[in-house]
Amino acid sequence: MVLSCLLLISVAAGADTLSVSPDSRFSSIQDAVNHARSGDVIFVQHATYHEGNILIDKKLNLTGIEYPEIYPGDTAEGFVVIADSVVIRGFQISDVARSYLKDRAGIRINDCRHCLIENNRLIRTFFGIYLKNARGCIIRDNEIEGVPGDEASTGNAIHLWYSKDITVERNTARGHRDGIYLEFVENSHVENNFSENNIRYGLHFMFSNNDDYRYNTFRKNGAGVAVMYSRNIIMENNVFEQNRGSSSYGLLLKDILDGQIRFNHFIENTIGIYADGSNRILYEFNEFRENGWALKILGSCSDNTITQNNFTGNTFDVMTNSKTSMNTFTGNYWSHYSGYDLDRDGVGDVPYRPVRLFSYIVGNVPSSILLLRSFFVELLNYAEQITPAVTPAFLEDRSPRMKIIKP
Amino acid sequence: MIKILKYSFFDLIRSKWSLIYFLFYLAVTFGLLYMSSDSSKAFLSLSNIVLLITPLTGTLFGALYYYNSKEFNELLLALPIRRSAIFIGRYLGLSLSLSLSFLAGVCIPFLFYGFQKAIGPGGFALFLMTGVMLTLIFSAISFLIALKNDNTIKGFGICLLVWLFLSILFDGIFLILLVYFERYPLDKLALALTLLNPIDLSRIIMTLQMDISALLGYTGAVFRRFFGSASGIIYASLALMFWIAVPVWLILIISRRKDF
Repeated sequence: MVLSCLLLISVAAGADTLSVSPDSRFSSIQDAVNHARSGDVIFVQHATYHEGNILIDKKLNLTGIEYPEIYPGDTAEGFVVIADSVVIRGFQISDVARSYLKDRAGIRINDCRHCLIENNRLIRTFFGIYLKNARGCIIRDNEIEGVPGDEASTGNAIHLWYSKDITVERNTARGHRDGIYLEFVENSHVENNFSENNIRYGLHFMFSNNDDYRYNTFRKNGAGVAVMYSRNIIMENNVFEQNRGSSSYGLLLKDILDGQIRFNHFIENTIGIYADGSNRILYEFNEFRENGWALKILGSCSDNTITQNNFTGNTFDVMTNSKTSMNTFTGNYWSHYSGYDLDRDGVGDVPYRPVRLFSYIVGNVPSSILLLRSFFVELLNYAEQITPAVTPAFLEDRSPRMKIIKP
Repeated sequence: MIKILKYSFFDLIRSKWSLIYFLFYLAVTFGLLYMSSDSSKAFLSLSNIVLLITPLTGTLFGALYYYNSKEFNELLLALPIRRSAIFIGRYLGLSLSLSLSFLAGVCIPFLFYGFQKAIGPGGFALFLMTGVMLTLIFSAISFLIALKNDNTIKGFGICLLVWLFLSILFDGIFLILLVYFERYPLDKLALALTLLNPIDLSRIIMTLQMDISALLGYTGAVFRRFFGSASGIIYASLALMFWIAVPVWLILIISRRKDF
């Protein structure tokens, strides 16, 4: 039924339809592509195809029926697209060999516009989907699963390089170096993706400006998301959870400007957000729950506003390495706050200082973490709270909320 | 021994101190659950209180009970009963009645409020277990001290000192050591020092439940193995058992040799 509908549509558009299967006229996909004219539709029937470097040099719609399996072999990539408006849908591409010289990918898009990569499965491909100098492409509903090795010998699931106006949505990326990697990518959207067990980052921005990511989930990656050397990144409604380890973060911010971090959930990470050299960022309505350190904000960060966030049950709320603070903390809810609210306006009457002395000690002498929550340490913390000597006295929330904030 | 245990247990469970102890935990737990907006915070405060109060009550009640029933003990000694049976029976009677007060005082409010997701049944069971262990350990220690010292004032003094040392001073010295010898690899030493203090052990069992995200941030391989799996909890529990066994064994030896 679906097939006949598609046929009708393509016929109506004046395009031909070609079918590929082992026992028909076209037994290889490349053969069909070579014989097709621009605008044609190629249906690939379910079978196993041992062919690689399938070059698509004209506007075609390639649709796999019940996930035909493509094995490119030891030295080849899967599809290589060099034409505009190509659609690749419903394929399964397996076992693209790793290489230390060449970034081989399951599906590669080179210098084209308006492609649609949809509903594919990429299994044990070195790089999954690789876009180079692409514009206006959509990558959605793909499942990409790799075998994690070390950082040098594993590729990225979705790799975007020097591209613009790309939409990446509803993909699943597992077991790669980075789940989704963007380098020199502008005006792009990353939405509703699921990134898990990647050895480096779930999502990684490098030198990419004016992008946004929303409603994604990043779980158990080396670090959830890394945003580096980028401007104007909007981060909303994402979930960062269980990114745990000695250098693990929910979100790593490195030298970025003018971002917005809103409505996100940081749950059970070793460090919720690690911010280094990040300026003019708005942190609003986020939830930080049961992280080791909710927010580690280094002295190189300034003019950030942290407001209306919920900090609940974190071992340490805020950690910094500087004695001064050039960031504004105001109107957050802190579960460790023990002040009072005499005038009953929902705002605590004494300021809250989220930096603990003990987090400094742990920073200098890591094995002292064994003394976490001991009475002696609590006494030290308490004394430091009253008269700050080591912790920054001005890093304080002057209007801490008494109740959890409902965004 | 069972007879003496039964007698001590029922004698103590009817006393007003057990009731007060029970009511204390009942009030604290109810209060914390009622007042704090999230249950993990309530649980955190409760575990802090348990780590401070159970050793203290164990110590004080142990010494108090021993000195109060000294004459009765001497009467028992005149009868043809084994000395070990008398002292172990009395010790178990005391520590079990204290444990019961603690368990009832903490469990009833939680049954009322339900097991919140912040803790989980496994974590809650571990929490109860550490509370009971601490009671057993500290009543054994204070029994031992009282057995050694016939002078009541001196006995109480030593008991309080031991409690103060283990609950606060020990950690201070620990921290100073770690900071002072910062340049040396201290992982194993730090773990070994922890084994020397039952309160630290119990605290680590509880932090492994609540702060695992922060603990996993530490880079050392020894800790990583310790924190990363169930082995941390198993080792700590075994060490706690050892902490019960040693004072009880000493009670046996001293009671056998002592000239009453």
